[in-house]
Amino acid sequence: MPDASDQGLATLAPPTSDDRKFTINFGPQHPAAHGVLRLVLELDGEVVERVDPHIGLLHRGTEKLMEARTYLQSVPYFDRLDYVAPMNQEHAYCLAIEKLVGADVPPRAQLIRVLFSEIGRILSHLLNVTTQAMDVGALTPPLWGFEEREKLMIFNERASGARLHSNYFRPGGVHQDLTPALIDDIEAWCHSFPKVLDDIDGLITPNRIFKQRNVDIGVASKEEAFARGFTGVMLRGSGVAWDLRKAQPYECYADLEFDVPVGKNGDCYDRYLVRMEEMRQSVRIMLQCLERLRRTDGPVLTDDGKVAPPRRAQMKASMEALIHHFKLYTEGFHVPAGEVYACIEAPKGEFGVYLVSDGTNKPWRCKIRAPGFPHLQAMDWLNRGHMLADVSAILGSLDIVFGEIDR
Amino acid sequence: MSYPPAPDELAQLGQAILADLPGAVTSAEVRFGELTLHAVAHRIVEVLTLLRDNPNYRFVQLIDLCGADYPERALRFDVVYHLLSYTKNRRIRVKVQTDEDTPVPSIVGVHPAANWYEREAFDMYGIFFEGHPDLRRILTDYGFSGHPLRKDFPMTGYVEVRWDEALKRVVYEPVKLNQEFRAFDFLSPWEGSRQALAGQGYPYTLPGDEKAKT
Repeated sequence: MPDASDQGLATLAPPTSDDRKFTINFGPQHPAAHGVLRLVLELDGEVVERVDPHIGLLHRGTEKLMEARTYLQSVPYFDRLDYVAPMNQEHAYCLAIEKLVGADVPPRAQLIRVLFSEIGRILSHLLNVTTQAMDVGALTPPLWGFEEREKLMIFNERASGARLHSNYFRPGGVHQDLTPALIDDIEAWCHSFPKVLDDIDGLITPNRIFKQRNVDIGVASKEEAFARGFTGVMLRGSGVAWDLRKAQPYECYADLEFDVPVGKNGDCYDRYLVRMEEMRQSVRIMLQCLERLRRTDGPVLTDDGKVAPPRRAQMKASMEALIHHFKLYTEGFHVPAGEVYACIEAPKGEFGVYLVSDGTNKPWRCKIRAPGFPHLQAMDWLNRGHMLADVSAILGSLDIVFGEIDR
Repeated sequence: MSYPPAPDELAQLGQAILADLPGAVTSAEVRFGELTLHAVAHRIVEVLTLLRDNPNYRFVQLIDLCGADYPERALRFDVVYHLLSYTKNRRIRVKVQTDEDTPVPSIVGVHPAANWYEREAFDMYGIFFEGHPDLRRILTDYGFSGHPLRKDFPMTGYVEVRWDEALKRVVYEPVKLNQEFRAFDFLSPWEGSRQALAGQGYPYTLPGDEKAKT
């Protein structure tokens, strides 16, 4: 049999008889499936001939539910999409609503949003990088990474009240201001984290086994990455310098300094390296945000009473504020008729929200564009001709979270 | 190129595409700083191929494809394509209309990424895509019937599943709600209600209006 591990399916000799074909079920309860994924693998010996991902085991009908709820009631659903980086999803949804109603976001709120978006990016990348190492056999990195994730989730909790499903971003800003103590603690973490990252880096990056399992595995060229709908790290790993934070800046990303790491070979190892460097850049962005937060005072939510609720103190004194509060939490705000697409650079790629409003208090249609969806779709194409053991390595490098793929 | 684009620049882009695809693209509009093209459904492959290959546009990536339901229209479904051009740093949206029976040509040949998106649109709305290599359901359960994102599909669905301890397997039963799902209409009758949208196809009567007829 020819060595097919690095060649396409076309070079394989046709199977001599049917009984050599072997079909196995990978998942939906497989620890390396990163959630509830069922892969039907067709094998010729140990060479993968076809991958048929069966998804939808976590389908909760988010888009249908949103059509029956007011705009504000739908924000928590976005935490439950990519539950590894909840606030990034809320961000895209809030941007879409703000685009339709034309609400302004105060500068301090923009900084807080960017700060927590980058925390979300580190949360997601830490999980992915370390579990990718676990998928190919290393057990220590996840333990080190999860300790840092725990600290970040405590920051989430101190800002929003919840570790995971934060429901913190609001159309027009964020729900609550940060305390000075929290800003100090995040800054202290930003100074200690690069050390931990260096440790993880030293453990995984030069590791012989990790390289053997990842270098030249799952290679995607630039052209294929475009055609397959890759975004985010999957695209940058293939050598495309494209980052929505730079190319189509939203919030205050245009004012912040950071670099966009780009891979060269488009294989699993390059994608890992890009993620490692992105975490360092995120820390850089966070430090800039913290420094600006200290000298930017002001509200964290727009004072447009038709969109954002009044502050509690106002409600005690102002009848108008009380009426606004009542209307916002029963009827909700009205969004002008129209359709928009808003997207952000989520940790996994371009997360977009296509929102169609009919002018009432509920969305007519909301399509959630999850970055993992086209990535998982490419599993079949990426895996053909690879060995069975490479399936989990490739799956790990795609950065799959089922909350957002199944919606 | 600079971002965000100026509205008149987007309008020019729309006019240029209209001129390049006479008959296939019927109109272009810019709203909320986004360009939307309306195309003829059976020529969508031609439209997307030109948008991908023409050096002036280079919309090489299909970002999203989805359906949308407007039951009051004769052609009730929209199929919405979101495209992104990396070299020009522009996004556009292309929309075509169809109904339950008329298939839309599949664009898997133009953008391989469309494969699952078209399966999803088929699953959620029952929109057919002609020439799709593998038009199966994707997100719903094995053996599911109906198309859940259609407006006439109830939010609570028709069946529910549970683990049956006696049969030792998952059983499917009709949905039983202890209390009916409460869809309150919080819309003020004075402003913003469906009344304000009268003439756009929304039937609406003010509470108490029905008494006037009897």
